[in-house]
Amino acid sequence: MELGGWGVLIAVLGGAARVSVPYLFVSLGETLTERSGRVNLGLEGTLVLGAMSGYGVAYLSGSPWLGVLVAGSAGALLGLVHGLVCSLPRVNDVAVGIALFLLGTGLAFYLGKPFIQPTAPRLPHLELGAWSASPAVRAALEINALFIAGALLAPLLAWALFNTRWGLVLRTAGDNADAARALGYSVSAIRTASTTAGGFLAGVGGSFLSLYYPGTWNEGLSSGQGLMAIALVIFARWHPVHCFWVSLLFGGATALGPALQSIGITGHYYLLNAAPYVLTLILLILSSSPRQVLVGAPSELTISR
Amino acid sequence: MRLGAWAETAVITAAALVSSLALFGVFVALRGLSPVQVYLTLFQGAFGTRFSLEHTLTQAAPLMLTALCTALPARAGLLVIGGEGALVIGGVVTVLVGVSLAGAPPVLAIAAMCAAGALGGGLWIGAAGALRHWRGVNETISTLLLNYIAIALMNHLVTGPIRDFAQVLKPASWSVGESLMIGVLPGTSIHWGLAFGVAACLVTWVLMRHTTFGFGVDILGGNARAARMVGLPIGAMILATTMLGGAAAGLAGAVEVIAVHGFASASLAVGYGYTGILVAFLARQNPLAVVAVAVLLGGISASGGLLQRRFGLPDAATLVLQGLLFVAVLAANTLAGRFRIFRPRTV
Repeated sequence: MELGGWGVLIAVLGGAARVSVPYLFVSLGETLTERSGRVNLGLEGTLVLGAMSGYGVAYLSGSPWLGVLVAGSAGALLGLVHGLVCSLPRVNDVAVGIALFLLGTGLAFYLGKPFIQPTAPRLPHLELGAWSASPAVRAALEINALFIAGALLAPLLAWALFNTRWGLVLRTAGDNADAARALGYSVSAIRTASTTAGGFLAGVGGSFLSLYYPGTWNEGLSSGQGLMAIALVIFARWHPVHCFWVSLLFGGATALGPALQSIGITGHYYLLNAAPYVLTLILLILSSSPRQVLVGAPSELTISR
Repeated sequence: MRLGAWAETAVITAAALVSSLALFGVFVALRGLSPVQVYLTLFQGAFGTRFSLEHTLTQAAPLMLTALCTALPARAGLLVIGGEGALVIGGVVTVLVGVSLAGAPPVLAIAAMCAAGALGGGLWIGAAGALRHWRGVNETISTLLLNYIAIALMNHLVTGPIRDFAQVLKPASWSVGESLMIGVLPGTSIHWGLAFGVAACLVTWVLMRHTTFGFGVDILGGNARAARMVGLPIGAMILATTMLGGAAAGLAGAVEVIAVHGFASASLAVGYGYTGILVAFLARQNPLAVVAVAVLLGGISASGGLLQRRFGLPDAATLVLQGLLFVAVLAANTLAGRFRIFRPRTV
């Protein structure tokens, strides 16, 4: 059955649900980190290290979920390093992020060499499209378990950030470090904990890349999704639920190139693949302002000042 | 100046180097290798023989230029990490100009190609500077995105509009031709790009150290509010530093084309831009120190092959070492100003 233009639409929607997962997890993690007043630009490295370690462990243990857990832990470890190094006086968190981007990628490539060939078990998914005879529809409606987890996590995080004591303390550290200190909290400890948690989520996002889509480990696996997710947080105004919607938008933009290719529009392949980067840049330009600080931006954040 | 400040920088950087080397030593020891052996091999692969030294200096040439792309805007307080993209754009523009100037006198054509490459890179990063000044767009994120856009643009061009179908192994652009390639330094196998890199660093040093412009940029980088109060042209300075930095990286792309490849292809984007960021930070944004640090890191990259052959270490081992170096150098920032002995005695 030929679906033509509808096929593109279905593929983009299905692709959005598939491709958005890494964006979603990284941006949720970065939202936590930035709400506490720090920026971690190293999440691209975290994503790649998560993808490698998750794949390696899933292959060696046979359990994809153990892989997800280890990927998250590896990410948390990188986040912890970032948090601790940035707690030292006079250390710039943006620069440390770039350093960890390099280190995380290097570690993943170094340790991941043996896992390029073998095949690890994949994460499970729900077949919501089983009713349809069209393979395109069925493929589009494959909903992965991590997508569902992320979709549930976004409102949960929003609730926790804005309605719990824990969330209030975290946001106070990000908006006014002196006030947090006056209340008797350690700002460094709060930020280190948020960066560690953010690293955990980014690592989980990485495991999705290697364990589900595209579903194998290789060195070209992530093409900047971790970095784009950081720009996405600005566009989502540091709100977890907005992160969910913006991730879907980015997922759709990323899926556009392959979708058009599947109906035979193969020209401009590389330009179409650049669509999400261009989209990010345009959104960044539109959502930035030369004069005032962005609405919703934590005021202690180095990157928005 | 400021012998104390120099000594302090040197001591702190050395401390960072030693601690990251120790960390990497633990790392290879976990693999059952002797750290001493690995370091000896690394040194041998980087500086041990005439051949390896020439290889190191060849690797260092583009690193000097891409490091300036981060170091120059950093003097004005901007964190630009778009050297990779500016290099790629510079390379592509160089090819376009070179191909269209076929038949022109080589000296003129080469000068035009270098100028075009620098201009391309300059406009590329300058755009991020302009967005920063007029729209408040964070330059770190915008230049990162521009890296990916530049590489996509290059891939698009070399697989379609400017593809040379005679190149069968990988998609590559038309070739600029043998007559428009620059040769090697007399008596060596190091191409002229090294001279370009050293010259650019010297010029930048003079600019920053001995001109009013450089002085103003340092004020802006030190305290933006003070710069605004004394009426410095902040917008012009942001534009100038980003454009000059981008021009340096664009020139690196031009050099890669006219000295190494002869055409544009994916082999332009092999990470010189990212290593350049590290060089800039290790050199603490000082153009003269960039020359030395670029040679050091060029050596680490150049020795990767030997480490791989002798110990079976993956080629990413040098990437791990670079990452550890980077983290250690940034963490060592916290030591700046802590040691009383480096301070000049005041009354």
